Amino acid sequence: MRNFILRRLVYAIPTLIGISIITFVIVRMAPGDPIRLFTFGQRDITGEDIERLRHVYGLDKPLPFQYVDWMISVLQLNFGQSFIYHQDAFQLLLTRVPNTLQLAVVALVLQLLIGVPLGVIAALKRGSWIDGAIRVFGVAGHAIPQFWLGLVLIIVFAVQLHLLPSQGMLTVGKDVWDVADRVKHILLPAFVLSLTGIANYSRILRTETLDVLGQDFVRTAHAKGLHERTVVFVHALRNALIPVVTALGGILAALVGGALVVEQVFSWPGVGQFTFQAAIAKDYPIVQAATLFVSVLLVISYLLRDIAYALVDPRIKAA
Amino acid sequence: MATSTATIRVPTAAEQAAILLRPPRSLWSNAWYKLRHDRLTMLAFGVLILFALLSAGADLFSQNIFHYTFEKQDLLNTYQKPTLDPPAFLLGSDEIGRSQVVRLLYGGRVSLMVGFVAALVNLTVGVAVGVTAGYMRGRVDDLFTWFVTTLNSIPTIFLLLIFAAIWEPGPGQLTVVIGLLFWTGISLFCRGQTFALREREFVIAAKTIGARDARIMFRHILPNILPLIFVLAAIDIGAIILTESALSYLGLGILPPTPSWGNLLTNATTYFVRAWWLVVSPGVMIFLTVLCLYLIGDGLRDALDPRLKAES
Repeated sequence: MRNFILRRLVYAIPTLIGISIITFVIVRMAPGDPIRLFTFGQRDITGEDIERLRHVYGLDKPLPFQYVDWMISVLQLNFGQSFIYHQDAFQLLLTRVPNTLQLAVVALVLQLLIGVPLGVIAALKRGSWIDGAIRVFGVAGHAIPQFWLGLVLIIVFAVQLHLLPSQGMLTVGKDVWDVADRVKHILLPAFVLSLTGIANYSRILRTETLDVLGQDFVRTAHAKGLHERTVVFVHALRNALIPVVTALGGILAALVGGALVVEQVFSWPGVGQFTFQAAIAKDYPIVQAATLFVSVLLVISYLLRDIAYALVDPRIKAA
Repeated sequence: MATSTATIRVPTAAEQAAILLRPPRSLWSNAWYKLRHDRLTMLAFGVLILFALLSAGADLFSQNIFHYTFEKQDLLNTYQKPTLDPPAFLLGSDEIGRSQVVRLLYGGRVSLMVGFVAALVNLTVGVAVGVTAGYMRGRVDDLFTWFVTTLNSIPTIFLLLIFAAIWEPGPGQLTVVIGLLFWTGISLFCRGQTFALREREFVIAAKTIGARDARIMFRHILPNILPLIFVLAAIDIGAIILTESALSYLGLGILPPTPSWGNLLTNATTYFVRAWWLVVSPGVMIFLTVLCLYLIGDGLRDALDPRLKAES
């Protein structure tokens, strides 16, 4: 097991290097001269000053050298100053991280709590109208545009029924620890964010439960005279749950990507919204910091997923 | 109806020829037979073709039925409720009195076009790269795996967002870029299939008679994975349309005045208290289109892959 983890860790290094190259290049290839942008509006600047600034910031070096310089500072978590806020880009980003994590964790829990039972019920009631409805939902949940569902839910629950707030994390003026208010705010965005995952899990669990129920050990359990409930919940379900771990990678990626759009719809002050605003304003240090941060988070979660998978299913280690 | 004669009747030469002449049923004709009897998939095909025809004939409909262009404004008739009189306001009018139904028709043209063309780009790249990596193995495959893992670790929407914000691309460029970002899933699938297929007897046989690598990849391996590529393509187009609409909604994809189903919703938050019907129609179009594509994907999978049929 330790070898497996070590090998998997080593494999992550080239991926991280690749991510950093893409993050560096995509911004460095942008049209427009960063020095001109930096000195924009300062009238007493001469061509000589610009050349000197270019040298000070290392922008006269060949691109690979610039990349190495950038990488060294990034490893010290120094992404430079935000062009707009004139503060450390990474520190600014960090203030937004807990908000996105909150949203993602609630969405993930909703996915598991709703998606898994739906899939199992569909499999147990195979062929019935319940099964049909859950299968239709499994396809429809993928096809619905998240941002649009968010808008519709706002119209229904906030504008028409006045039940839930439409924007933000907290009512202005309320206490930061007002849990009821926070729950009200997180309900809609978390549900919208979790929908794809719910659909996904219900599909996976249905196929998997049907598969497991057809296997020999389930027949043996039945033949022993075990109660139907024991067979399903103790014997079958445990094995059917393995793909929940495998699917987690794709689902986490969908959560991170989806959060960007959902945060925008619900004005949720998270990493996605922050990145969006920074990209519009061409605030490159923040864009780079956010992209790299989110990607590294994904690499780590893929790593944890693979380790968890190896723990749950010993067959995988051999491969 | 069995004959009651004691001897077994051997078919005459003419009858034998007739049996042999019956056209063979290929994978494709079998699949088509199954598809024709799959009502849900045929319905999805029908709806999709209807949408495509409606958008293709956008000029025709807007001139002859609605008498309205997609950029025509009517400041005296803003936020009209859906009405049959005039027909241009069939689905209401927006904040500057533009006809929602006409803009939906033109928007469909853009959204469907982006979806199909971008899918074509990423299928071409994905299949070519995936089959090559799976066939060559070794260094080429290592490089491929590294690149795909890297690309998969950066959320696509982030890359698209940065690209769109920095370069402010037109519809054509955006389509190509989406196409170039979405091929990893298809190429991983092709690589896996090629891995398995290249060890099969027919590939070894082709090698023995001196077929070159390119010929083996395109004439022997590709036809074997083609059926499932169609399945992936349908799902792919759906996913691309969803992404494009989200990007356009954020104001970074297809930019107004060119309408797309996504950018019809860009200003939704400013007017949805007054005119909820403007929010409903573009979303329903996106939802139905993507739903049809996913249903077609499922239907094609059932029709084309006999191995998967048993499972569901």
